[in-house]
Amino acid sequence: MITYQLSIFAENKPGRLAAVTQVLAKEKINIRATTIATSDTFGVINLIVDNPQRAKDALTKAGMTVTLNRVLAVVIPDQPGGLDKLTQLLVSEEININNAYGFVLEGRRKAVFVVSVDQIEKAEKLLEKNGFQTLDAEALSAVEPFHHLK
Amino acid sequence: MYWEKEIETMDRGSLEKLQMARLGETLARVKNSVHYGKRFAELGLDTAKIRTLADLERLPLTTKEDLREQWPYGFLTCSRDEIIRMHSSSGTTGRATVIFHTANDIAAWTNLLARSMFMAGMRRSDVFQNMMTYGLFTGGLGFHYGAEEIGALVIPAGAGNSKRQIQLMQDFETTAIHIIPSYALHLSTVFTETGIDPRRDTKLKIAFLGAEPHSENMRRKIEDFYGFKGFNSYGLSEMNGPGMAFECPEQRGMHVWEDNYIIEVIDPLTLRPVPEGEEGELIATTLLREGMPILRYRTKDLTRIIPGPCPCGRTHRRIERITGRTDDMMILKGVNIFPIQIEKRLMEIPGVGVNFLIILERENYNDQMTVKVEVQRDFFGGDLQQLEILRRRIVEELKSDILITPRVDLVEQDSLPKSEGKAVRVIDNRKD
Repeated sequence: MITYQLSIFAENKPGRLAAVTQVLAKEKINIRATTIATSDTFGVINLIVDNPQRAKDALTKAGMTVTLNRVLAVVIPDQPGGLDKLTQLLVSEEININNAYGFVLEGRRKAVFVVSVDQIEKAEKLLEKNGFQTLDAEALSAVEPFHHLK
Repeated sequence: MYWEKEIETMDRGSLEKLQMARLGETLARVKNSVHYGKRFAELGLDTAKIRTLADLERLPLTTKEDLREQWPYGFLTCSRDEIIRMHSSSGTTGRATVIFHTANDIAAWTNLLARSMFMAGMRRSDVFQNMMTYGLFTGGLGFHYGAEEIGALVIPAGAGNSKRQIQLMQDFETTAIHIIPSYALHLSTVFTETGIDPRRDTKLKIAFLGAEPHSENMRRKIEDFYGFKGFNSYGLSEMNGPGMAFECPEQRGMHVWEDNYIIEVIDPLTLRPVPEGEEGELIATTLLREGMPILRYRTKDLTRIIPGPCPCGRTHRRIERITGRTDDMMILKGVNIFPIQIEKRLMEIPGVGVNFLIILERENYNDQMTVKVEVQRDFFGGDLQQLEILRRRIVEELKSDILITPRVDLVEQDSLPKSEGKAVRVIDNRKD
């Protein structure tokens, strides 16, 4: 399954991330994961949220430069070699990873690895065939990280 | 102390008579050019009626747009065979205005440079290092010829390469230099880094500071560091280039060589003369140029005529340092840049929004231009690499036009002042 990553163009200056989180807080959007890539004076904030389309609309309305990109949210075991299995599989089919980041779902058991790749349909099929679980926006919204700690 | 005492100290009455005689010759000549032939006919102008300097106002003003419109040969008054040299205004690589010179024009210009440099104290025993760009820019060859006319040893060093400049100064005991003031400041940091003290380790005594306006404070700062005397100069390619007006040892205003030029100061809005001593736009007419004479050229530079005689004994009137422009031209590292050039380039690049902002700063004595550019919302694809490619493309495109490498910052759409109306496009934060 394919999900959506929210990317926001922002100047690298105080208050830009705060402006983004303020809008999302108001919209009651839950953030699952975030990465920021900067290039000197500007950068891109990438977010995995529970409702990407609603988040995009709210941020656009606030005047921000936002785009939704298709990514794969792959469930991997949270143990040594867990990520390696995934990356080896992708490289065996010559799929290039443009950006990637992860978050833990259940300590020592499950993690989600978000990958932005150059051939997303091919990657999706490949992962399915090899028994990887991929999450869509709805599934991401439903998962409760660290529920076992409650 | 005078290169041509008789002319330099000529009484005002005789000088004005000389101006009128030369203006008459110039008017007879300019009728041969496509531009003035047409203009005079349109105005029904009878040049015989221009008898005194007060009649000058009847002559049409000439603008840079006129020069562009008649590009390249519409101002020539003679056959192209008579022309031996062309120069152009600095900076623009598009359709830069070009100026053509006959052999006599080059000789007259060379004489003015020699007169100016001699006035500042340069003699045949001096070693002159010309640290300006040679080529189409008038500052390089103009000074080169003038220094040779005096008989000084000329080192045509050209611009840049700071370490080599310092090496040349030491190896050949340079006594006089021609340098852009902002570069002089930058070079001072190189001196400091290398542990060479220009006061102790060089023989420098005269510097011709040109090609960009600078403040009195900046001049003093440069003089203090190097231990030489710095002389301000004024010129523009349309009026030959350097040598039009120059400081004498009094360093109090620049003498305009009025045997070669008629100057006026006008209100840029009403186009009427301002009372002597008040600030306005400088207007200049060539008096000795054969190939391409120009009448009442609008320099767009703001200055005033300093009333009263100069203690140096020269009767040619002085103008104040240029205080600004009537248009939005910027001068960075001696290169003239108009915001419209930057705008044109930016608007051709996909992904660039409509608003931009130019910020000029001086860091460590190095002038820097930053261009803030908005990225169109629709262009953004979500990855940093795409933005970085856009940023680099903008740098390259601008560099190829303005000849200076700007810093480019990408900003969000609608984060800059709107372009409609009188948007502030340029913020100049350069201080002394």
